[in-house]
Amino acid sequence: MAPLIEAVGVSKRFPGWLGRESTLALAPLSFAIHSEQPAVTAVVGESGSGKTTLARLLLGLAEPSNGEVKYRGRDLRRLDSEERLAFRRDVQAVFQDPYGVYNPFYRVDHVLRTPVRRFRLAASRAEARALIAEALRGVGLRPEEILGRFPHQLSGGQRQRVMVARALLLKPKLIVADEPVSMVDASLRATILGSLRKLTDEHGISILYITHDLATAYQVSDSILVLYRAHVAEAGAVEQVVTAPQHPYTQLLIAAIPRAHATRDWLAQDGEANLGDRARTSKGCCFADRCPHAASACLEAPPALYRTEPRRAVACVQFRKDPALSAGDLSAVVSEQSASGAEHRHEINPSNRLTRRRRLSC
Amino acid sequence: MSELVLRVEGLSVAFDHPLGKVQAVDGVSLALLPGERFGLAGESGSGKSTLALAILRMIKPPGWIEAGEVWLAGTRLADLGEDRIRALRLAGIALVPQGSMNSLNPVLRIGRQIADAFADHGLRLNRSEEEGRIAALLAEVGLPENVARLYPHELSGGMKQRACIAIAICLRPKVIIADEPTSALDVVVQRQVMATLARVQQELGAAVILIGHDMGLMAQFVDRLGVMYAGRLVEVAPIAEIITRPRHPYTRALIASLPSLEVRGALTGIPGLAPLLRDLPPGCAFHPRCPQAVDRCRTEKPPMRGIGGAEVACHLA
Repeated sequence: MAPLIEAVGVSKRFPGWLGRESTLALAPLSFAIHSEQPAVTAVVGESGSGKTTLARLLLGLAEPSNGEVKYRGRDLRRLDSEERLAFRRDVQAVFQDPYGVYNPFYRVDHVLRTPVRRFRLAASRAEARALIAEALRGVGLRPEEILGRFPHQLSGGQRQRVMVARALLLKPKLIVADEPVSMVDASLRATILGSLRKLTDEHGISILYITHDLATAYQVSDSILVLYRAHVAEAGAVEQVVTAPQHPYTQLLIAAIPRAHATRDWLAQDGEANLGDRARTSKGCCFADRCPHAASACLEAPPALYRTEPRRAVACVQFRKDPALSAGDLSAVVSEQSASGAEHRHEINPSNRLTRRRRLSC
Repeated sequence: MSELVLRVEGLSVAFDHPLGKVQAVDGVSLALLPGERFGLAGESGSGKSTLALAILRMIKPPGWIEAGEVWLAGTRLADLGEDRIRALRLAGIALVPQGSMNSLNPVLRIGRQIADAFADHGLRLNRSEEEGRIAALLAEVGLPENVARLYPHELSGGMKQRACIAIAICLRPKVIIADEPTSALDVVVQRQVMATLARVQQELGAAVILIGHDMGLMAQFVDRLGVMYAGRLVEVAPIAEIITRPRHPYTRALIASLPSLEVRGALTGIPGLAPLLRDLPPGCAFHPRCPQAVDRCRTEKPPMRGIGGAEVACHLA
């Protein structure tokens, strides 16, 4: 079966404006999310690294400059209205700001009732009410405390969990959660992330968790993609990547997280070095200007993704002895699907084209 | 007593609300030595930022300072008129407010915004003196000289935050209050900005109050930490003491809510919600969320008392 969502060489470049240089927001990226193996995949990177662009591409909110995003084997741009509705149902989004997504004039019931009506989830009002109540309980909220209230009467954490409940209503296959906890307190973070994790474990929903916080990514996800300036620096199973990072950027990122330890070595570690003052190269590795191991080879060509372990790929020439991923396809590294996943994809491609042709001839 | 740079005694702040009085800060006392780094931690709504504003007498209606005193190096701030308080802000106590990097004026160059601070504090400088001082300030926070001629949108988040630190230190304050200075920055830039703040603070010999909720950042930066809950300080202790032996159950919960990089699946939140400040539970405000609460916690407000090197407001500590 075709993967639920697949990115094939997807990239995004924003055009220059009034003679300015264009900006590469996401370098070509290939990976897939399969609905048969629900898992949490984290996309981690600093602001401007391209993680939200990736989310928008996968949600069909932005069009790729190159490559394509496929839903069940079909290019998102070529879905017919029925497929589009199915896509909108299967793939849900939870955004960063639990304040901005609500219309303050409507009660919170509105955001829950709209999808029920739009997707005809319930035959009667009573059924709709029962569905909504069930979804709220699914994220640890008491319906009687939530329904009938206005957004400003709920806390940030409650609001964000209502958004998760809204996504849950549609029984989606994938939830793209873009920084869902960056605006809530540390004490609530655990609760919201816990309810997301439960969706995967109990309801079989895959989650793409987009965050700048490597520590929470480590806590909730199975796989991780580390982005740096539009490029994948390192990807693979979260346990390996976080506990033994191989890419110098991942190493820097993990060392920069202040730990609640009695040993104080955080400020001393690099002080104010690594400011990225060295000239950036346009053709070499995007991290070369800050990399402590940068060699002349790093300035010449961008590194390939080398598969250093069955479930890890690193974009660094230090690992050039390892095999490079074919066509940079991270599918096998990111999901637990075996390497056969790649052949699998080639099989479906022709049939895919066939169905499209048949559709056209109809 | 005279060697203290800042002394806050029983400071209380209340706000009028249609449904009753909101006690945002309730009898907070603290003392800072010159050059000391003090942290204020707690959830949002615990009163950290309000306390900072109250120290500077910047509470606006419908809020008011209900009780308490603030001394800056022996000067009782309540004795000063509005003019002298205004002169003392920035020159004596500088505040780097929350989200300050986004409150730089977008249509003024950075240099002009620093010069504004000089002018407002009655510093008459000629052009070359002014340029020289601005360049020196920018160098102090690790920014190149040409930043003075740039607009805020031409700077990265980390550079904007450094520019804000440059403004905060331009009149050599004795106390710098930094309210979540790095909450919008990624970890690598956060470390650079905090290193800048640490270096500048040491050069000036200024005390720092760092407000935030990231216990990891507190552990790595401050010398002493005060934990606030529902407007009150519930624990104050040297940072090493708090990290290795947190005595208040709320402090323990705050530390535990920090996602670990060592153990997976150890993510624990604090159960329940922060209380409504206008309707605080009787006794200890934390008792509805406290895993160890006993009957006494529900009726009797625990006073702050010294235990070892720490001060804790908990019946069970």
